[in-house]
Amino acid sequence: MATRLKEVDVVLVGFGLTASILAQELTDAGLQVLALERGGFRDTVPDFSTTTIQDELKYAVRHGLFEEPERETLTFRNSMDQCALPMRHLGSFLPASGAGGAAVHWNGQHWRFLPDDFVIRSHTEQRYGKKFIPENMTIQDWGVTYADLEPYYDKFDYLNGVSGQAGNIQGVIQQGGNPFEGARQRGYPNPPLKRSYPTVLFEKAAKEAGFKPFPCPASNTSRPYKNIYGVQMGECTYCGFCEWFGCGNYSKASPQTTIFPVLLKKDSFSYRTQCEVTRINLDSTGKRATGVNYVDAQGREFEQPAQIVITCAFAQHNVHLLLLSKIGKPYDPVANTGVVGRNYAYQITSAVDVFLDEILNPFMGAGALGQAIDDFNGDNFDHAPYDFIGGGYIALWTTGGRPILQHQLPEGTPKWGAGWKKALQENYLKSCSIATHGSVMSYRDSYLDLDPTWKDIYGNPLLRLTFDYHKNEHDMSNFLTDKAAVIAKAMNPRSFHPKPRKGHYSIVPYQTTHNTGGAAMGDDPRTSVVNRYLQSWDVPNLFVMGSSVFPQNAGYNPTGTIGALTYWAVDAIKNQYLKNPGPLVQV
Amino acid sequence: MYRTIFIGMTGLLGFAAMAAATTPLPTQSQPGHSAIQRGLYLVKAGDCAACHTADGGKPFAGGRAVPTPFGVIYSTNITPDKDTGIGKWTEAGLYRAMHSGIDRQGNHLYPAFPYPWYTKVTPGDVRAIHAYLGTLTAVRQVDRKNKLPWPLTMRSGLAVWNKMYLKQGTFAGNANKSAPWNRGAYLVNGLGHCGACHTKKNFAGAVKTDQAFQGGMGENAFAPSLAGDMRDGLGGWTVADIVEYLKTGSNDKSSAAGPMAEVVHDSTQYLTDADLTAIGTYLKDVPRIGSKANGNEAGNNQMTQGAAVYADDCTGCHMDGGQGMAHVFPPLKGSAAIQAKKPDTIINVVLGGAAIPVTTTKPTGLKMPNFHDKLDNAQVAAVVTYIRNAWGNRASSVSAGDVADMRKQMRQKGD
Repeated sequence: MATRLKEVDVVLVGFGLTASILAQELTDAGLQVLALERGGFRDTVPDFSTTTIQDELKYAVRHGLFEEPERETLTFRNSMDQCALPMRHLGSFLPASGAGGAAVHWNGQHWRFLPDDFVIRSHTEQRYGKKFIPENMTIQDWGVTYADLEPYYDKFDYLNGVSGQAGNIQGVIQQGGNPFEGARQRGYPNPPLKRSYPTVLFEKAAKEAGFKPFPCPASNTSRPYKNIYGVQMGECTYCGFCEWFGCGNYSKASPQTTIFPVLLKKDSFSYRTQCEVTRINLDSTGKRATGVNYVDAQGREFEQPAQIVITCAFAQHNVHLLLLSKIGKPYDPVANTGVVGRNYAYQITSAVDVFLDEILNPFMGAGALGQAIDDFNGDNFDHAPYDFIGGGYIALWTTGGRPILQHQLPEGTPKWGAGWKKALQENYLKSCSIATHGSVMSYRDSYLDLDPTWKDIYGNPLLRLTFDYHKNEHDMSNFLTDKAAVIAKAMNPRSFHPKPRKGHYSIVPYQTTHNTGGAAMGDDPRTSVVNRYLQSWDVPNLFVMGSSVFPQNAGYNPTGTIGALTYWAVDAIKNQYLKNPGPLVQV
Repeated sequence: MYRTIFIGMTGLLGFAAMAAATTPLPTQSQPGHSAIQRGLYLVKAGDCAACHTADGGKPFAGGRAVPTPFGVIYSTNITPDKDTGIGKWTEAGLYRAMHSGIDRQGNHLYPAFPYPWYTKVTPGDVRAIHAYLGTLTAVRQVDRKNKLPWPLTMRSGLAVWNKMYLKQGTFAGNANKSAPWNRGAYLVNGLGHCGACHTKKNFAGAVKTDQAFQGGMGENAFAPSLAGDMRDGLGGWTVADIVEYLKTGSNDKSSAAGPMAEVVHDSTQYLTDADLTAIGTYLKDVPRIGSKANGNEAGNNQMTQGAAVYADDCTGCHMDGGQGMAHVFPPLKGSAAIQAKKPDTIINVVLGGAAIPVTTTKPTGLKMPNFHDKLDNAQVAAVVTYIRNAWGNRASSVSAGDVADMRKQMRQKGD
């Protein structure tokens, strides 16, 4: 029997990036806010401080900062005719656990989606005709436009202290920036990071190949920066330990370095750690959330009543919670009905390894230190000659030179022994890799639902992921890989080695933690779980944050858009919902 | 009009204070709002909460351990509780305590209560403080017994101490100096009680008045000189630097650490810019006394080892040349705190870590991690010696024994 606790105005499921933004903004609006976090609390000092060893074995190999599959996992299959099995180790993606969420261990690759991305179906139909979209592809417009989100992208940029070079300020193309980006109201808060030598070579080669390279936008501060909440960040030291590590220098934007210093001092905010939310509770009408139930580390169950419930967990966990709580109609791919779990998407990546004769010092890096081209992202190029939709950026990142996992070896190198050691010694300082980062469309047969067999430690059905790459994605990714190889060749390397993504999606090797969809946003309740303000169509005092609301995935890392959507939604909650609680969109 | 009445009352209270020892005054009328607000400000200026609020305790209910070289003294309950606090104290009674170090019952107070400074506070200010303290939530909390050895437990001995060291008397201005200088002198030497740490003390725990503000020990930290020396004093600081430091906890020359971080957090950040400017004006006029600091010269081995430790453990924030990072991490190069006569504060910070004070203007509270587990005594000694002598810095070297002593002191204090 759950112990009933005192009601709060707002309960947040999770205490990661979106929860931190919401908590800061909603307490400013005068609300009492509580965050329930399944993991523990962490802070820059002592948890990531410069006295702790950035131990690759502990954090990167043994997953020091990620969720524990023993506690929470999902089952997976490639297609509906297979039997899904539970993931007992993390693989393809690495959701976080603990305060700050994945924004603690991310690289800081901070992108905006393209204006066309938000209207992909109508734009594609208009430019290429309805038949250009395959029948089983379920892409849809977002219900918000880039213009709607621009002020909120801007706010998130200035929260994080993004370092970069603008390419389009109010319609005026800027030298050295990304000329394909949507118009931004002003430049980045900080100049681009210092350059690594490989990115200099990439830029030169990309220009020679006729492309338009620019410095990647980075949530790693290129200089000391005081953000919109008055929180001070320090200059990045290029230690090369961003991804899968916490930052000890106050340089990578995480809630710890951007929001906690002001949020945690507020009497109107509180958080509880080691609390796993297992249900969103509804009243007898089923149209109003009354709060959540959670289980603490001692196994005790509590009922936390709240006026507003906002799910801020990792993408698929939000969907899992909606399904367990029976909110919204579960998606049925056979009947093609329902919405919860529909339109799951991911990212498709590939690489071209480049081996040079010059010393590149890969260990001096930062998570988002890179140079990219956007010539082949979104609809930045004419798709008419090609048989695919979508695209991606091509970038050379110098994220670091960690000894165990961050090195490239030429084709034909032995997998172990003296030959392997020799090759590693010869190539560690003289190799780099060009990455492609491709969009993934949504399909009728890519979705999330509750597993009929496997249960979690609380006795709830596990979430089941059914996903595979489709021809569209392979064609697009191969196209990007070919373009990356053109740049690689122009770098005049000793050798280069394209590594296209082949075959079925495998959930075992790490690719990216860019899982999207399952609680898609949109204008039509028949094809979306939340409206354009991320408000549940079915339960108006429930909001869903994060990339679970993406109707399909674009060719960029999702965090910039997640941050913008969060600010967009919280603005609507503060300025519309609180004045008149109820559905913000009538259909 | 108001001013005339105020001064009149002040005079009257001064007279009343002298009579207070024998005859309690009749109960005063309720103090006005402005007096209470003024009292709040003065209580911040006097940093009363720092000692009179225990960690995690109720505000102003006392019970905080104040370590002294003679033993531990526990602060008292100054909430208006009638039995365990100062609810029965009159203004005159409070004035006598602050002015003469004698409590309501006529007992001598230990000078851990800084009455040798508070004696300078004007009766009008004491009245406002009394008015404010009367508005606090009364907390019933019996004072803790001090941990002092005999004969120090006998308070009568303090009469002798007072006779030798206490210079009673309200602040007397210096007509040859500016108004801000005088206001600064009043705050620094009165409620601010800056000399309690920044001036050396004698064997009896009394400050050496002939060494005013030349640096002294406070808890386990060395409070650096406030005199005008370029190397280890405020010589390189402008008045604006001092104002920024006291208002925000840091400036581009230094960040408050140790006990001073608490002072900024609890006290000086709340002072008006005019008062902080006055303090700065006064401090910039504090003369340097005596010869320059001379200590053991740093040996080459220690400098080499120190440079290596520095490269491994310090450059990430304080940078290669010790220049720090503007607005973020304090510089070590040219820093007066780093080159202070005594290295205790720096050893303390290296071992225990530090946090830049959280203030309204700078809310971040950036932290330095502790190194007590990572570095051994010789390594700490080497790196402290190194930063005190690298990049043109010059100060005495530190031995492994000094570091061991600090570890011991910190353990005793429970840091």
